[in-house]
Amino acid sequence: MAETKTAAYICKGCDIDKRVDVAALVKTATKSGKMNLVREHDFLCSAAGVAMIQNDIDNEGVTHAALCACSRRAKTEAFNFPNTAISRGNLREGVIWIRPDTDAARETTQEMAEDYVRMACAEVKAMTVPGGNPNTGTVKTLLVVGGGMSGMTSALEASKAGYKVVLVEKTGALGGWAAKLYRRVPTREPFKAPEDNGVTDLVARIEADSNIKVYLSATIAKTDGAPGRFKVEIAIESGAVANEDIGAIIQATGFTLYDANKLPELGYGKSPNVVDQAGLEALAIAAAAAGRPICRPSDGQPVNKVVFVQCAGQRDSSGTHLPYCSGFCCNTSIKQAMYFKDSNPDIDTVVLFTDLRTPGNGEDFYRAAQNKGVIFSKGVVSDVSAAGNACSVKFKDLILNEEVNTQADLVVLATGMVPTSGPDLDQLSEANRVAEGGDPAAKQHVVELMSKSVLNLTYRQGPDVPQFKHGFNDSHFICFPYETRRTAMYNAGPVRRPMDIAQSQEDATGAAMKAIQAMENAGLGRAAHPRAGDLSFPTVRLEGCTQCKRCTVECPFGAIDEDEKRFPLFNESRCRRCGTCMGACPVRVISFENYSVNTVGSQIKSVEVPDEFSEKPRILILACENDAYPALDMAGMNRHEYDPFVRVIPIRCLGSVNTIWITDALNGGYDGVMLMGCKHGEEYQCHFVKGSELGRYRLSKVGDTLKGMNLETERVMDLEVAITDMATLPQKINDYAALIKSFPPSPFKGF
Amino acid sequence: MARKEYAFYPGCSSQKGASASNYLTSVHSMCNTLDIKMTEIPDWNCCGASVSYAESGELPRIAMNARNFALAETNLPGQDIVATCAACWLGSRESKERLEHNSGLMADTQAALKEAGLQIKVIPEVRHMVEVLIEDLGYDELKKPIKKPLNGMKFAGYVGCQTNRPFGIAGESFENPMYLDKLIETMGGEAVPYDQKVTCCGGALAFSEPEKAQAQIKDIIEAAYDGGAEMLVTPCPLCQANTEVYQGQINKKYGTKFNMPVLYYSQLMTLAYGGTAKEAGLKGQVIRAPKLEQFAG
Amino acid sequence: MSDLNQQMAAKYQNNFLREIEEQAEMGEWVKMCMQCGLCSGSCPTNFHAGWDHPPQELFMMIRAGKRDEVLKSNSMWMCTSCYNCYVRCPRKVPVTHVMHGLAEYAYRIGQSPKNQPTQHLSKTFWDNATKTGRVNEVKLTQSLYFKDGIGSGIKKAMEMQAVALGLVKAGRLNPLEAVGIAHKCKDIKGIHAMLAKANELEAQHKAEKAKA
Ligand code: SF4
Ligand code: SF4
Ligand code: SF4
Ligand code: SF4
Ligand code: SF4
Ligand code: SF4
Repeated sequence: MAETKTAAYICKGCDIDKRVDVAALVKTATKSGKMNLVREHDFLCSAAGVAMIQNDIDNEGVTHAALCACSRRAKTEAFNFPNTAISRGNLREGVIWIRPDTDAARETTQEMAEDYVRMACAEVKAMTVPGGNPNTGTVKTLLVVGGGMSGMTSALEASKAGYKVVLVEKTGALGGWAAKLYRRVPTREPFKAPEDNGVTDLVARIEADSNIKVYLSATIAKTDGAPGRFKVEIAIESGAVANEDIGAIIQATGFTLYDANKLPELGYGKSPNVVDQAGLEALAIAAAAAGRPICRPSDGQPVNKVVFVQCAGQRDSSGTHLPYCSGFCCNTSIKQAMYFKDSNPDIDTVVLFTDLRTPGNGEDFYRAAQNKGVIFSKGVVSDVSAAGNACSVKFKDLILNEEVNTQADLVVLATGMVPTSGPDLDQLSEANRVAEGGDPAAKQHVVELMSKSVLNLTYRQGPDVPQFKHGFNDSHFICFPYETRRTAMYNAGPVRRPMDIAQSQEDATGAAMKAIQAMENAGLGRAAHPRAGDLSFPTVRLEGCTQCKRCTVECPFGAIDEDEKRFPLFNESRCRRCGTCMGACPVRVISFENYSVNTVGSQIKSVEVPDEFSEKPRILILACENDAYPALDMAGMNRHEYDPFVRVIPIRCLGSVNTIWITDALNGGYDGVMLMGCKHGEEYQCHFVKGSELGRYRLSKVGDTLKGMNLETERVMDLEVAITDMATLPQKINDYAALIKSFPPSPFKGF
Repeated sequence: MARKEYAFYPGCSSQKGASASNYLTSVHSMCNTLDIKMTEIPDWNCCGASVSYAESGELPRIAMNARNFALAETNLPGQDIVATCAACWLGSRESKERLEHNSGLMADTQAALKEAGLQIKVIPEVRHMVEVLIEDLGYDELKKPIKKPLNGMKFAGYVGCQTNRPFGIAGESFENPMYLDKLIETMGGEAVPYDQKVTCCGGALAFSEPEKAQAQIKDIIEAAYDGGAEMLVTPCPLCQANTEVYQGQINKKYGTKFNMPVLYYSQLMTLAYGGTAKEAGLKGQVIRAPKLEQFAG
Repeated sequence: MSDLNQQMAAKYQNNFLREIEEQAEMGEWVKMCMQCGLCSGSCPTNFHAGWDHPPQELFMMIRAGKRDEVLKSNSMWMCTSCYNCYVRCPRKVPVTHVMHGLAEYAYRIGQSPKNQPTQHLSKTFWDNATKTGRVNEVKLTQSLYFKDGIGSGIKKAMEMQAVALGLVKAGRLNPLEAVGIAHKCKDIKGIHAMLAKANELEAQHKAEKAKA
């Protein structure tokens, strides 16, 4: 490797030179930054400015450059020097834009700027240029698990984009739930009548597609490896096993209907005339095949009246049944009511609902049903009793506020979706723990749970994609709907949240695109979302490792296995570069080339901490680069001012915060440390899903450290920040700064 | 020739000696100033108003309106029909819409008209006086003839129902129409904000269900007082009458001390254009408006 | 009258919704209501406890087949034609017109409440207006206030005296109208002929529908 040569560039553009003393900054970079070469430029991001830097790299041997200009989030295209380590000093958004242009403020503004120059110099010196993941896999074949509408759509979309697909379906035929439908909810203008279910067409397209290889009556026996180089074993019913090399995986395993046997009060099981929605579809298909109208199952007589019970076992707040709305069943009942009305308008069709939810173009469909004479009544059904060939439905009419009994030949229960998402990993690991004790019942429990596994991953963190709420697979429902906590594995369709066919097909298309990106990135040794394109990857200095396993347990993406000697074994292509492992490691042996305990630690140390008599406190802010740092930049763009005593360092994720940074800062005389990260928990917004949660957990222990140092525990503050907080963030910073100023100066200054 | 000509449909309440005769007087003065020529549709008849629904049935009601269309078209070809009464406007416009969208209804109506020796060829546009002012002239034009702006006077613009719903004035919201406020302000007055601008005055139910209607009227007047208004201004004869003439009864019943004059926009405009109290029909107020009488001199 | 009622009830048996759809003006809209309640929340007469059943509820009752309760209800007669419901209904149900249509139908087949004041007003107004082609406000007022017989008529007339006097003073109620020196159309004959024809056609259509 070439000899290290460092350089700092101070930009004078964007009025930086009018607000700060640039000559002094040059001196700072030279003296305290100890840079080999320091230059200033009027307009650093201009072609001339960029050429100047490039020239230094090419002809002066510069290997490390600190660009002291605007935020690292600005001008990334201009400042793209692939083989040079680059750091950025944020003089614009971080200094001149958030400080008033007054004589009084000049001194503190200058100090701020000088610190950011020092920090940029310190950071770049601690960096090396990322070399890219050496263990890349270049397989570009997509595995789709599940041959329903979602799975078939993903397969076709990926094929259209030129990728090979392996499609694995558990049953003997493609089509999934949709194939069981007599008709589907309309997808086209004018959205007024049920449509062909569309399965035949999709299946024909799959069969005609030479890019798609289909395994029927087959399941995934084992998934090993990493993105771009998965080794997948497919077990076929016949007993044969097929092996496939796979680049990325889409899980589209759909759902089963909630078991109506759990709803005896609604008459299910008591009379064949009470059916669920799947039951009604079966009746409709049978009737159509026989060329007769839908008949009463009990005696084959014509149906004169049918009652649909919405939300059967759904949206249940008692904790007994499904707590959520499945979203598809209102439209399905509308459609099924039309089966009757379209064959004979005189058949009484009553839909009993509390809220009718008709996503997509369902509103038009709903109106069409009203026009056809389907009666919709707001009512809650309490009891369905079956006597002979008739059913009696008892409900409370919510508009007329009265109890009503109505007779029907047929009752249809709109039960909901239960996702086919595999075993719950937390349950499984708990079961495993108990089973280790040797209890045979516990062992049996493990076997049962494992039998539900869809992917059978060999990952240390469990055989499937983790779940989130109500047994649906985790996905970042707010920002990145298809992402799971396993790299290059995407969920599509009802397995990740309740949805109808139209939504599933859209979902499946999106997931296919994401999977393709993931394969391409894996092949190039780059990270996938959200640090897409990042070439750095974590390395561990095994000599120092104590085998504590924190990294393996905490990694939100299941990227770390264990080798035979029980050392952590990083799978770079599974890694998202969040740094959680680095934050977790108690002996600090995990690092990235361009992000490490040292790159941040040296920045912290480079800040000049004035003595306790100066009345100039120093506050460290560690701000997550996904939401908090952009929010701060935007605050700057909007010229929202904030306190001059803060020094902000962007971090990859709150999860990457190693507590040593906090203790170092406090020991170094900082008066306070503020951490900014995304929301965690049920409605998490963390881009690395669990990172901010784990980081916060770690931070909750910092209190003891503070007490040990005889410092107020409030000196370390954890702030939840969303990108939308840019207007309120400055006030929060100022409030915190005021709090810090109310404490005596840190006793550790000057040590 | 006048700059604008219209077929005028005054409606029953705006006739001489009828409950909105002061409206008629001021509309004439206002139109004179603005050089608008209003020719009464010869032998026009009642629109039926909304409340006749139970007795009339659809066809007879529409036939009545159709007769006016036929008379206007025959005698004043090419002119839009302009109504000053909200109910007349609504009844006519609704009839026009139904006739234009229902050929069976049209055929029946023609058959009925034939008995009166009439026939419809084209149905003229049916417009409210306020539409003419705002759309055909515009606020700037309305401002020009002002001689005495109504400075320092506070009005609550009471839009009510039928000039506002279901058709309303183009570009205005049903919930908070601004045109009346803008008219007041154009005349130099102050339009106070209050929250009963589009509340129903009870309409015809002031006759049949006086207590309920009066409860609503009370809400309206009260809100106007709370908003700081000295007078109410309306575009509709029924609104005007209901909010004005029952104040005494409301006072008796609720112990209130209402005494708020209720004016038409056209009266305000007449005065701002320098008209006399007589030209503005100020004598027609059941609750006199001394401030305006003084203003008119 | 009640013959017509029996005839209708028999014809539609239990299908009151269909009866309303076919017989009441704008009745075909009842099935399109999605029970959101915006109309009920918007109705001014409801605020002053005017009625038993807001529109939403009436529509639900029709669907639930509550024929007597609906037809005999006072509720639709409370409508002031303010069109609040009409402009707010997310389903574009012309609620005002449906209310009028229901009232008219109930009245036509003799099921509406007797002595309903608004019903009386409706009849009086229409008769008054069509007699001469224009409304005679004095006569209208007179016949309105004497509706319950002489006794209460006088009482109401007394109550309204101040109102009427105010109007007379302001020149907005002409007592001479009462004695026939009133506004009227010239071609009263033509109007009557026209209305006779319209009534005839309307009755014919309604009868056709009832038979069909
Ligand atoms: S955008 Fe950044 S690099 Fe360009 S002139 Fe401004 S501060 Fe300098
Ligand atoms: S879609 Fe409809 S039936 Fe299904 S749970 Fe939701 S509200 Fe209930
Ligand atoms: S914790 Fe984050 S950085 Fe570390 S291995 Fe896992 S995904 Fe990669
Ligand atoms: S956290 Fe650090 S010490 Fe613990 S196993 Fe991982 S690398 Fe080793
Ligand atoms: S507003 Fe319309 S849809 Fe809503 S309840 Fe009333 S009529 Fe029905
Ligand atoms: S139009 Fe009639 S029903 Fe509708 S809100 Fe007004 S008073 Fe109520």
